[in-house]
Amino acid sequence: MTRTQTLAEPRVMDDLDQLEAQSIFILREAYRKLKPLSLLWSLGKDSNAMVWLARKAFMGRVPFPVMHVDTEKKFPEMYAFRDEYTKKWDLDLLLGYCPPVEEIDPSLPPAARSAARKTAGLAAMIDKHKLRGVIAGIRRDEQATRAKERVFSPRGAGHRWDVRNQPPEFWDQYATPYEDGMHIRVHPLLAWREIDIWRYIEREGIPLVDLYFAKDGKRYRSLGDQDITSPIESNATTVAEVIAELESSKTSERAGRAMDHESEDAFERLRVAGYL
Amino acid sequence: MGDIIATQELSGAYRAAATPIVIVGHVDHGKSTLIGRLLYDTDSLQDGKLAQIVESSRKRGLAVEWSFLLDSLQIERDQGVTVDSTRIPFRLGSREFVIVDAPGHRQFLRNMITGAADAEAAVLVVDAQEGAQEQTRRHAMLLRLIGIRHVIVLLNKSDVLGFDEAKIVQAESDVRQLLGRLEIEVEAVVPASARDGDNIASRSERSAWYKGPTLIEALANVPPPTSRLSLPFRMPVQDVYRFDGVRYVAGRIERGTVRAGDRLAIGAQGQIATVAEVCRWHAPELPVAGAGESIALRLEPDLVPDRGDLLFPADDKASAPERSARIRTRLFWLRGEPLRVGESFTLRLTTAEHDVTVASIDAVVDLDDLTLRQGDEVPPDGFAEITLAASHAVLFDPFSPGMGDGRGVLVDRHQRIVGGAPLIGPAELEDGVHAIHPTASRISAVQQAQTRGHKSGVFWLTGLPGSGKSTVARAAEVSLAGQGVKATVLDGDTLRAGLCSDLGFSPEDRRENIRRAAHVAKILSESGQAVVVALVSPLQADRDLARQIVGEGFHEIFVDTPLETCEQRDPKGLYAAARSGKIPEFTGVSAPYEAPLSPELRLGADRTEAETVSELTGFVLRVVQP
Repeated sequence: MTRTQTLAEPRVMDDLDQLEAQSIFILREAYRKLKPLSLLWSLGKDSNAMVWLARKAFMGRVPFPVMHVDTEKKFPEMYAFRDEYTKKWDLDLLLGYCPPVEEIDPSLPPAARSAARKTAGLAAMIDKHKLRGVIAGIRRDEQATRAKERVFSPRGAGHRWDVRNQPPEFWDQYATPYEDGMHIRVHPLLAWREIDIWRYIEREGIPLVDLYFAKDGKRYRSLGDQDITSPIESNATTVAEVIAELESSKTSERAGRAMDHESEDAFERLRVAGYL
Repeated sequence: MGDIIATQELSGAYRAAATPIVIVGHVDHGKSTLIGRLLYDTDSLQDGKLAQIVESSRKRGLAVEWSFLLDSLQIERDQGVTVDSTRIPFRLGSREFVIVDAPGHRQFLRNMITGAADAEAAVLVVDAQEGAQEQTRRHAMLLRLIGIRHVIVLLNKSDVLGFDEAKIVQAESDVRQLLGRLEIEVEAVVPASARDGDNIASRSERSAWYKGPTLIEALANVPPPTSRLSLPFRMPVQDVYRFDGVRYVAGRIERGTVRAGDRLAIGAQGQIATVAEVCRWHAPELPVAGAGESIALRLEPDLVPDRGDLLFPADDKASAPERSARIRTRLFWLRGEPLRVGESFTLRLTTAEHDVTVASIDAVVDLDDLTLRQGDEVPPDGFAEITLAASHAVLFDPFSPGMGDGRGVLVDRHQRIVGGAPLIGPAELEDGVHAIHPTASRISAVQQAQTRGHKSGVFWLTGLPGSGKSTVARAAEVSLAGQGVKATVLDGDTLRAGLCSDLGFSPEDRRENIRRAAHVAKILSESGQAVVVALVSPLQADRDLARQIVGEGFHEIFVDTPLETCEQRDPKGLYAAARSGKIPEFTGVSAPYEAPLSPELRLGADRTEAETVSELTGFVLRVVQP
């Protein structure tokens, strides 16, 4: 089915239009209610789409700083991308670094420990900049505990996620911080699916790191640290080919992320402690 | 305008947004199992997911536990309950759905609402043998209040009834009667077994008599959301930006359409401006926008509306929103303590916020039979019709299922969402009733704490006459002041000398004395102070009343001095007078004293006065210091 559009009538909103409008609404709520506010830019496809949505919400600019919490183990292509688009998109970039892995809970399995290191780096940034709002690009379809998240998700003392006691969230009314020392994780992409992100990237022409596209029969479907992310078999070299591939696939996006598979509760433990 | 200016073909195939379907029902009636079965039968599971579920089930010594598909949290798996709602995409033919799993336990009601509020349709799962239970009724009530129009009933575990036609028809008629009382139209009642897959994705041979749809067929029949484009325009202002010298009025269109050139009225003040431009970034340039779009407007003249101001057509009086300072609402109450008349809240209505007070509780829903009764309070997780009074006129459109209108939400002064309040309409004043419109402070508890450097609280000292309440309270007041904490003492005799000089010592008067003290304590506490109340307050019921009035931040402290010691001390000679019959109804002698069963602090008589004072001071400091 195609649709015909006349200029005298409003657009018939399709699925991407609706997701976009809702994300813009969420970003504008965050900007209005949470100060200081920052957006976590991991350089991956989702957070690029999120920066793009922020520009949509604020007429082409991002009126708050974006934050990259660097593990110093990312792919070189990602650092090059960061430098290029910080300039092109006129972003106010805050850089943070993660503590050495030796300082992290040794009882965690290796990949989870590596992720916990990132959590520590993020926590330090939140404290340093006294952030009340942190915009993060997680999606419900990525992982089952993320599926239980709120759009505005309060983090208490020590940045902990109280999964057993999340606030009600309905009719577009979101939680705001009610105690000192709290911050809110804002999740504008929660309702998006992986394929929605790709279709949006295609429609809007959002730039991406090349690692998402196949070289020698392999590509990255999800980008983490070099040592804990593995590529998948693929011949998709364009956004359209990636979309076609996803349409016929039933494998989970995070299959290449080691930390998700080390133990049943590894991911939940990470998230309760403040991981994304 | 109005003529077709140009026609443009938008790229690609049109894809409708996914339809959210919420699965609700009483705990253990099989919601999660149903979802597992639905995903499995429609081949919607990711590779490896089934193996994961089998493994997690085996680890806990269970047969294949479908609910693990959704119950992803450890607590959910270990305790076998759904705690929070989750949503998973699923496809039927070319149509996309999102299945929302909502918890059935009463204690997780807020999570059920979170999951259900934006659903287009609901599947109410009812155990065919057990029939509707308490949470079935509660959930059905909520479906109505949050405005879900399409309800499919799944009579689960019909295999237990052997798919017997007579028994199932009876169960169906019971459920239909219940939902009929709530004016919910049922789309279909499907006898099924989620565990075995009967009538879920395929027609069961065990119910050959059943001619209605399978669950999948019933879902496919759910109509797409009604378009809000043709309704009169409404856009609540979300924010106003000024970028590069241009002012943008940002918001999401709730309904209708807006075009460049339209004349709009702004908020309750009703100033009028013309739309100079409909602004978007990186989007097709259209001079028009419709319901659901997040846009920005440039206005002429360049007015600066407030967040929450409703924009609506200036020249269409007939379609103007309602305007009233007293509003009737249907309430679903989410706080752990009951709601009483006189409590103040912020009413959030999309982006608007209004200070409101509960002016009356008009009727409370009895959950046993879903009838309306008179009541003084709304119990936790209860439903009621109440009237809210605002300090000024509120613009609103009455609630209507499937629309965004009138979706009121109550927020307490700690910024917590405590209830949903669909707005029904303006409330008429009864003759002869003097309407009160109390106002609440605009300074939140957090701001108060920031200004004062400490939090507030009410520390309620109860104990026999002569137990030392006032002495300890006054000494603690001094030592708290030394620590920079602003404390006020309300003691019994001082109150009775002034505010309560009209009261005696009958049970009714004692209760009134406590009621007044509690209200004063609440006001002082809301101004950011630590309030120490020293009152005999002999009855538990009266202290509970004080706790209800004060609400959060109430701390019961027992000054536990034995009767003999009090009588020995008798600083005011009251015991002697009571014993000789000069004072009737004297607590401890001729009137009862009910010691608190679980006070937060007990100040025993085995310590010196200095120790007791420092213990009380320390307790207050722990509560109020950040």
